[in-house]
Amino acid sequence: MATIEFSEEQTMLMETAVDFCRKHSPLDRVRAQIEQSDGISAEVWQEMVDLGWLGITVPEPYGGLGLSLADTVPIAESMGRHLMGSPFVATTLATQALIQNASETQKEHWLPQIAEGSAASLALTEEDGNWNLTEVGSHAQVQGDKLLLTAKKCFVLDAPQAAVIVVSAQVDGAARLVAVTADQLPEGALVRETVIDETRRSYTLEVDALALPADQLLPGADFASIEHAALLLLSAEMSGGLAGVLHVIIDYLTTRKQFDQYIGSYQSLKHPTVQILLSMEACRSHVYRAATLIAQSDNDAIEEAVRMAKAQGSEAFAFAGDRAVQFHGGFGFTYECDAQLFLRRALWCQYQFGDAAYHRNLLAPLLLD
Amino acid sequence: MSVTQAEIAEFEEQADRWFAEHKPGNPGFILPETFMEVGTDQQFEFLRDWQQKVYENGYVGMSWPKEYGGLGMDQVFQDIATKAMAKHRVPFLPNTIGLNWAGPLILAMGSEEEKRQYIKGILSAEDIWCQGFSEPDHGSDLGSAQCKAVKDGDEYVINGSKIWTSLGSYAKYMILIARTSTDGPNKYAGLSFFLAPMQAAGIEPRPIKKLTGEYGFCQTFFHDARIPASCMIGKEGEGWKVAMATLMFERGAVGGQAGGLSMMDLSIDDIVELARRAKRNGKPAIEDPHVREQLVDLITEARGNSYMSARTKVPALATDWPDAVSMSGKLRATELKRRMCQFAISLQGANGARYVSSEAVDGGLWQRSYLNAFSGTIGGGTSQIQHNIIGERVLGLPKS
Repeated sequence: MATIEFSEEQTMLMETAVDFCRKHSPLDRVRAQIEQSDGISAEVWQEMVDLGWLGITVPEPYGGLGLSLADTVPIAESMGRHLMGSPFVATTLATQALIQNASETQKEHWLPQIAEGSAASLALTEEDGNWNLTEVGSHAQVQGDKLLLTAKKCFVLDAPQAAVIVVSAQVDGAARLVAVTADQLPEGALVRETVIDETRRSYTLEVDALALPADQLLPGADFASIEHAALLLLSAEMSGGLAGVLHVIIDYLTTRKQFDQYIGSYQSLKHPTVQILLSMEACRSHVYRAATLIAQSDNDAIEEAVRMAKAQGSEAFAFAGDRAVQFHGGFGFTYECDAQLFLRRALWCQYQFGDAAYHRNLLAPLLLD
Repeated sequence: MSVTQAEIAEFEEQADRWFAEHKPGNPGFILPETFMEVGTDQQFEFLRDWQQKVYENGYVGMSWPKEYGGLGMDQVFQDIATKAMAKHRVPFLPNTIGLNWAGPLILAMGSEEEKRQYIKGILSAEDIWCQGFSEPDHGSDLGSAQCKAVKDGDEYVINGSKIWTSLGSYAKYMILIARTSTDGPNKYAGLSFFLAPMQAAGIEPRPIKKLTGEYGFCQTFFHDARIPASCMIGKEGEGWKVAMATLMFERGAVGGQAGGLSMMDLSIDDIVELARRAKRNGKPAIEDPHVREQLVDLITEARGNSYMSARTKVPALATDWPDAVSMSGKLRATELKRRMCQFAISLQGANGARYVSSEAVDGGLWQRSYLNAFSGTIGGGTSQIQHNIIGERVLGLPKS
């Protein structure tokens, strides 16, 4: 019997995160932040740091709380619900990459900085948009105590804030991970990208034969667990996003009148709204089931669960965003309508780390053969 | 009542062994999958005997009070027994309306006398129950029921008809909604609820041929049928309230059901297994990329549904719309089943066009299951009505 565990820590983190995001990320603030260069204000980020959120998964010896990635799920979900742009998810994923792939010395160097509030990021995807994380064109060469990195990476989130960016590159024919610090990047290496979700701060990172100390090559190259962590947190954001967009829809359906009736009384709008509700509950179930397996380190079952969560959530959220715009009628066609914020977020989430069809294709051998 | 882990483990083993040992063999005819599909006396008697055996051995009604025929045990034991039935794929218990609707209702609202009169017969399947809610002109709109009940001394005189009365020709009792008044403030106010004896003169259940070509349910006609006034449950004019309480039992939103398997559950594993055997264009269907993607999609949906009972145990995850999971169980399960059966036919190449016969894949089971699956998506409130109910009661959308 499949269980869903929800720990005391998760309950507490959820309560705090719900209040935090409601307070700091009402939709008018989301819109105001879009106009700013950073995805989050420095004060709000500092508050997150003070809450200890950056250190949740950092092991205790490095100054963190040593909890599971599952414990960050309620936070990612709450942020998704309020469309909060923040380097939290990118930092948490980079932290996972370091915990699982860095040497002891590297961990001692980076992890305490993160626990104290330095943002971090991942640079995995490239221009061809390939979702297979091990198929990379960027490359690095070890020459004595130097590592020469030539890379062009896309969708590097919140890169200017990141103290360290974990970059994937081919080294001797195998995909590996290299830690690059902000001060090592030459001027102009980071260029802001125009992406569909305007709450995100996404950058291209381009370097040509950048010389780094060779000890910034991580010994481990566990791309699978990086992918699984990313799928879990993206799905958590989608679960929250589904609840957020559902509220936007319901608010309109219960206040807007046409032909003397609240439009929510029309079944052509009511029934798909119920479908969105059920898909949101399904998404939440998949997410917390996957989180349960990750907390239990049930490695055989994790891949299935996170790919299912991402496949189901991607389609559900994209459908909900699409219908949210449509149901707002003429207003939905305007920038002023909040539905577009969620639709844009849904499209971002769908096309990061594999869409539904991609994951179903990878699930097929796991489930059927 | 506190139950120890050891007691649970012991009972799990006991139930598992009993159903493994006592699972009936092949009866030599295709068994129905739900109580709505019982079409012959042979099928009915086989299933009634099975429920009686399950009851006599203490695996149904376990949490119902001892004094009325139950075992007075913790619900956890019944859940274990029900799970063992599903695991061993034993036949379902045919007195579904009694076990899941009438029984819980009588236990919750009935008099002491009614509990003593009805509960044991429900569990043993000695007294079969049927349901008289829907009418030919008012399928899902129970509030518009026109079947009339007029008081005459200490009796009510019933006139009209009910449709969708599964097991109508075998039933001893019917839970009946009838109109006792037409001048209330609204259509709901004039309804009353009865535990009606089916043997009363003037009640005539007529079997109806289903879309599968089989018999499985009835239209029940009432011509000046007289039933004792004491059959009414709740007060005159409160029938709607009683009916809504009954439907809450049916939708599984509240506990109180007798437990036990109420249908032969089709699992997604059965479809995967079929996809390995069935051929499309000369190759096993499971090798077709399009089939594979659809299978993964169905498995994902079934998996999501299977987590829902675990979800209800985590109140912290029931935040914005706390009743969404419990209120949508019927809608999710029946629609998924219909689509799974539809998909199962698509795995069979040209043989998808066959029907129940020796040449058909699995004897035509899938085609028949698909046609029968509409009983789930139509009966007990159509999927479309379910959408209205969830939209209005869970999301707070205005009435349609």
